[in-house]
Amino acid sequence: MTTTTATDPAVLRALLDRVRAGREFGANVYSTLDVLQVLYDRVLRITPETVDDPDRDRFLLSKGHAVAGYYALLAAKGFIPLEWLDDQGGPDSRLGDHPDRLLVPGVEIGSGSLGHGLGLGVGTALGLRAQGRFDPRVYVLLGDAELDEGSNHEAIAYAGATGLANLTAIVLDNRSASHGWPGGAASRFTVNGWSAATVAGRDHEALHTALTGHDHHRPHVVVAVVTDEE
Amino acid sequence: MRDTFVATATTFLDDPRTTIVLADISAAAFAPAAERHPDRVINVGIREQLLVGVAGGLALTGQRPIVHSYAPFLVERAYEQIKLDLDHQGVGAVLVSIGASYDRAAAGRTHLSPADVALIDTLHDWTVHVPGHRDEVPGLLRGAVCGSDSAYVRLSTQSNARAYPEAGDLRVVRDARPGAPLLVAVGPLLDQALAAVADRPVTVAYTHRPRPFDTAGLRALAGTEVILVEPYLAGTSARVVGAALADRPHRLLALGVGRSELRRYGTPEDHDRWHGLDAAGLRRSVEEFLAV
Repeated sequence: MTTTTATDPAVLRALLDRVRAGREFGANVYSTLDVLQVLYDRVLRITPETVDDPDRDRFLLSKGHAVAGYYALLAAKGFIPLEWLDDQGGPDSRLGDHPDRLLVPGVEIGSGSLGHGLGLGVGTALGLRAQGRFDPRVYVLLGDAELDEGSNHEAIAYAGATGLANLTAIVLDNRSASHGWPGGAASRFTVNGWSAATVAGRDHEALHTALTGHDHHRPHVVVAVVTDEE
Repeated sequence: MRDTFVATATTFLDDPRTTIVLADISAAAFAPAAERHPDRVINVGIREQLLVGVAGGLALTGQRPIVHSYAPFLVERAYEQIKLDLDHQGVGAVLVSIGASYDRAAAGRTHLSPADVALIDTLHDWTVHVPGHRDEVPGLLRGAVCGSDSAYVRLSTQSNARAYPEAGDLRVVRDARPGAPLLVAVGPLLDQALAAVADRPVTVAYTHRPRPFDTAGLRALAGTEVILVEPYLAGTSARVVGAALADRPHRLLALGVGRSELRRYGTPEDHDRWHGLDAAGLRRSVEEFLAV
């Protein structure tokens, strides 16, 4: 079923502050919050009860350092107990500075080293297809700087060439790639046959339209641009 | 061995979980299988990071990936994917390589992979198979694919004259006497090792499964002198043997492929000779070791 319960932004910020515990977080943590919220509120068909359901949607956080908002959201949605947010990164905590799928319910991949999520996502999409599961969709969240890693371009070219229709990549573009992406990040995907939408990364309606805008014939990319850092 | 691998792996496709992942290498040989199972014989092109990443993703959905390429590209180029996309995700795959240390000696350094087993050995709980004959391949492969853990199968064009299909645990091929020096030969170096000590009272045991190493068998067979003969980087199994015999006075000679880049072409047999792994070279090393 589709989760439509909106997460109260104030609650989410409170949970994020609980993870933060007075520490300074980088801009990437805040720039990812909106897209995570739209995904978990309105797009992903995943609940705490269906984390092992083979027909669930998959959300793969490839930019594993954007983890504080992810943990806050998983707590808000009931995937993990709220108490887990305290002492994040501590010796007895299950929540590292990068997520570990074996330690955190609802986390599909352990990430941290950039450039691994999209390849894993392609494999997941292929596995679902081989099993005849045409309903679940695979979403992979990357950063624009993460796109520097060549492994992404192996995955982009292959997924495009083979029309891997059950895959959506989301590029959180906070303009952090050292050498930029002249012509826009989306063009790296579209030239390989992906459909693409580039939207304002804090506009929930625009994000929702983009995240549900795939055409079932080819992979889809959503570039969420966030430049208004706090 | 490659032909046997292709034929055997193709039969495994009867199991809907089996998925073969390729990066162009051997894609032509798997073309008939790909035609029958387009969703489960996947060629990602010349993209080894994706090759292993895809295997990780497939395994996350419950598929059983057989991942195949040339040894240096599969293990060295994609090492971080092996570490993170398989091990760190808590999923397994069967990696099958060709090329070995110097099967294509004339191709030069780019196609030599003496360090593959040592690299895999930095990881936890992998099974490593190094068949010494093509007829050993089907059994090894079946065992590996039927499990859910990770395994590395190292195929080579080098071969012994006969197969020893059941040689995961150390198998005594030549029994000198209790307490005699023990030579353990791995994979396709058995024949050379046997020839090297033909006229010496040395017990020779064979294995095509260096990980997990049969330490119980080793303890049962070893006297004071142990000689390892491995077709990949010299000393790869020295730590395992050292740990297994830590409570006993012993001496270990660990022979294998050297670390220096020779910058020479020729044939696999030439490289055996240059690394002291032909019968004459092994004999020289063993005699020197036992003369102490």
